[in-house]
Amino acid sequence: MSEMMTGAEMVIRALQDQGVDHIFGYPGGAVLPIYDALFHQEKVRHVLVRHEQGAVHAAEGYARSSGKPGVVLVTSGPGATNAITGLADAMMDSIPLVCITGQVPTHLIGTDAFQECDTVGITRHCTKHNYLVKSIEDLPRVMHEAFYVAQNGRPGPVVVDLPKDIQFKTGSYVRPLSNQHKTYRPTVKGDIEHIRAAIELMANAKRPVFYTGGGVVNSGPHAATLLRELVRLTGFPITSTLMGLGAYPASDKQWLGMLGMHGTYEANLAMHECDVMINIGARFDDRITGRLDAFSPFSKRIHVDIDPSSINKTVKVDIPIVGDCAHVLEDMVRLWRQGAHQAEKVALKDWWGKIEGWRARNCLGFRNSTETIKPQYAIQRLYELTKDRETYITTEVGQHQMWAAQYFRFEEPNRWMTSGGHGTMGYGLPAAVGAQLAHPNALVIDIAGEASIQMMLQEMSTALQYNLPIKVFILNNEYMGMVRQWQELLHGGRYSQSYSESLPDFVKLAEAYGGVGIRCDNPGDLDAKILEMINVNRPVIFDCLVDKTENCFPMIPSGKAHNEMLLNDYLGETGADIGSVIDEKGKMLV
Amino acid sequence: MLQMKTHYPDATRVEPSHRRTLAIIVDNEPGVLARIAGLFSGRGYNIESLTVTETEHEAHISRITIVTTGTDSIIQQIKSQLERLVPVHRVVDLTLTGEAVERELCLVKVVGKGDHRVEAMRLASAFGARTLDATLTSFVYELTGTTDEVERFIKLMTAVGLVEVSRTGVAAMARGAEGM
Repeated sequence: MSEMMTGAEMVIRALQDQGVDHIFGYPGGAVLPIYDALFHQEKVRHVLVRHEQGAVHAAEGYARSSGKPGVVLVTSGPGATNAITGLADAMMDSIPLVCITGQVPTHLIGTDAFQECDTVGITRHCTKHNYLVKSIEDLPRVMHEAFYVAQNGRPGPVVVDLPKDIQFKTGSYVRPLSNQHKTYRPTVKGDIEHIRAAIELMANAKRPVFYTGGGVVNSGPHAATLLRELVRLTGFPITSTLMGLGAYPASDKQWLGMLGMHGTYEANLAMHECDVMINIGARFDDRITGRLDAFSPFSKRIHVDIDPSSINKTVKVDIPIVGDCAHVLEDMVRLWRQGAHQAEKVALKDWWGKIEGWRARNCLGFRNSTETIKPQYAIQRLYELTKDRETYITTEVGQHQMWAAQYFRFEEPNRWMTSGGHGTMGYGLPAAVGAQLAHPNALVIDIAGEASIQMMLQEMSTALQYNLPIKVFILNNEYMGMVRQWQELLHGGRYSQSYSESLPDFVKLAEAYGGVGIRCDNPGDLDAKILEMINVNRPVIFDCLVDKTENCFPMIPSGKAHNEMLLNDYLGETGADIGSVIDEKGKMLV
Repeated sequence: MLQMKTHYPDATRVEPSHRRTLAIIVDNEPGVLARIAGLFSGRGYNIESLTVTETEHEAHISRITIVTTGTDSIIQQIKSQLERLVPVHRVVDLTLTGEAVERELCLVKVVGKGDHRVEAMRLASAFGARTLDATLTSFVYELTGTTDEVERFIKLMTAVGLVEVSRTGVAAMARGAEGM
């Protein structure tokens, strides 16, 4: 049974049929009919952002924290171009989004009409797929297809560009089908022979390591459960990329911490020394591999990825398995159990011994202070004081992001939202808005830097409008810290344009928006003020004035391999005795 | 040379490049060619030749033939990246499936008198080119052949008054009884 309705009504009906409850958007001339259709219904709640980039990041935060696709509605021209950064971000981090953009009426396309831009042309490279709907007959199919394509295979953003005349036209609406695209059928089941070979390789491994990524999180909570089961069954150590944090609990003893440029010493050395690497849902990003020709020189590699183009892209692998992480993990667990496989017990014990040795260097140790707040200490306290709650963390991009990844410990998937591949400053605040909408009763904190936060600061207004009690925790060191760190390492400490001059008073700023501002510059007050922040049921900007010169360690410097990590000065270059280091740290951190 | 100061890994070692002919079956929907051409430019791959037309009108399916060069791993990436595009049904490396039959068509216009004109006619007949148009001072020839033959023909014609060339690019098909 098909129903007759206008294009604008079809858009809303399709959203309802796809189970969408929130969309993020900003109105404008070319989407007014859709906004009118929105006005006549209650099921789909529209969240008015203050900038279209914020809409996309909010949808990303919503999607990443809920496992559902995020939906964005923006107008033509500037509405669409403002959304580009967010779309590119979602593309890099494989976040399922549907972005509906208005377009000038079909007869004006190509005439340089007011607020016209070639949206499908511009977004072609930063979306998984896009559509320009030129006929009302195509609209229902395209809408449903967009949701199908965004979520199936490697997830990503899909743009539906909808000219204004099509929004006014009347046509018959069709409900979604289960297999919505006529040809697009990504492989989800891994090749069983390859999985068998992988299990064989794992059973004979002497120095194995799991290296997991965002693919496990994207695959859903079931994948994380299966991963935990497989890791426990095998007894192998596990590390993860930035995007994969939370898929495996950070409190577990088999967890080595994050790997890569700012990963832990033990994780990176395990990657370097391993003989079997089991990559599940990660893509050998350059932040992970460091110098490619020295990357994990002794290993046989298994790579599970839903996207065949990720396999052998930069790093050659021995056993490629194309498929969805949950499906492949299920087969792996089953085959491991069936074959009554046992890990190489003795070798594994030696391997763990080696790893414990690396762990003992305590690479995340830092010299705490009673005078100034160390950023690492701030994150540690934030974690300790929020760990018993349902907490969602978003971040901006920079040093604070890496400190958050290192010192905040994630136990569950979908709790950590960060801009990994695209590295978009400004991501965290709108993403927190999206995450809070998906989880109204949870504690949502954007760990930010004073530079990043100013890129999407206007979204504070959105948080206020919808009574979203998000917390913006700014590690304020008055520098674009990561830029400064690189200038120290590569450009002789010439701090070209990396000092944040003329900073606003963040406390007053929070108050100006109608939120709560808290400032802390003393380690002694930190706990009380963090608790104050948590206990306020309103949006908060927390201006945490931290040590201005602290750098982010450990670090794999430029052109170096995993075994050439740079450790914190305090641990490495001063040659301090490791044992005394731990004691000293222990004393100060209590 | 000073070592590049960067936080990106070094470029990987250079491997030998090969010429490959890919057949790509796609949905003939708006923008599909831009998507494919954009993928090549965006990821820094080469297109030596590209030919496209709808081959199944009922099903709106087009066949695109692309000649490209790259190392084995780049060719594999090109294939995977193409297959990742939603409207792409499949990609076949015709060079790998065995000696594919490859042909392209070119039109050349030569202008000249006297010896040049006679020589042009002689060369055209030696290559088996068809004469599509003739005036007292010019010819338009059509030649169908492999890229090498076409190249040779054009090179020779240059010496006898070539003024214009139009080429289709390569159309290709695997030998044998198997269909794609």
